Amino acid sequence: MPKMNLTHFEASLLFALFISVAMGLTTKKSARDQLMYGLYCLGCFLATLVGLSWLMKLGHG
Amino acid sequence: MAEKHEQKEKGQAAKPTVTAWLPAVLVGWILPGGGHFLLKRKGRAAILFATVLLCFLFGLLMRGAFFSPQTGDLFTTVIYCGGFLGNLASGMLYLLTTWMGYAQPDVAGHVHDYGTKFLVAAGLINVLAMVDAYEIAIGKKS
Repeated sequence: MPKMNLTHFEASLLFALFISVAMGLTTKKSARDQLMYGLYCLGCFLATLVGLSWLMKLGHG
Repeated sequence: MAEKHEQKEKGQAAKPTVTAWLPAVLVGWILPGGGHFLLKRKGRAAILFATVLLCFLFGLLMRGAFFSPQTGDLFTTVIYCGGFLGNLASGMLYLLTTWMGYAQPDVAGHVHDYGTKFLVAAGLINVLAMVDAYEIAIGKKS
């Protein structure tokens, strides 16, 4: 089995995608609400990812 | 007094029976999305199955490690026992993988670390799916 090499960003993006799909699907009732909440979760994940990355970059100088 | 008695009766009547939700939750644990399939929510079942499977497969491809229960100080116990339960929540995916001899040691490196987290996350997504199946089975959700 080949070993997959992903960057921090790629792995975090995949993780965010999986969790957002599950969160959207299991917490809302209508298809539209599920899609909107999934996208909202994904947006929050990405904003946190970029924000924390900048924070670490600035913290390290 | 009579109202209280009536309310109590209503509460007891509304209490779901174990047979209503246990099959969906058990099947959902063994096969991710299986609970929804049993409850005739085929679209949701397919998406949940694909999500858990892909998350698990990415974890394996990144050579993530499975947790085995360890006790010691509180932190070790929480991390290792919690991680083990998270792995176990993937159901058949975890059982099949361990039975087929996958035994990746915990080694340093960010890819391995992500892999380990993906394997636990697959189990946690399945826990969400099981809770959802439970709520559908008891009629709390459509």
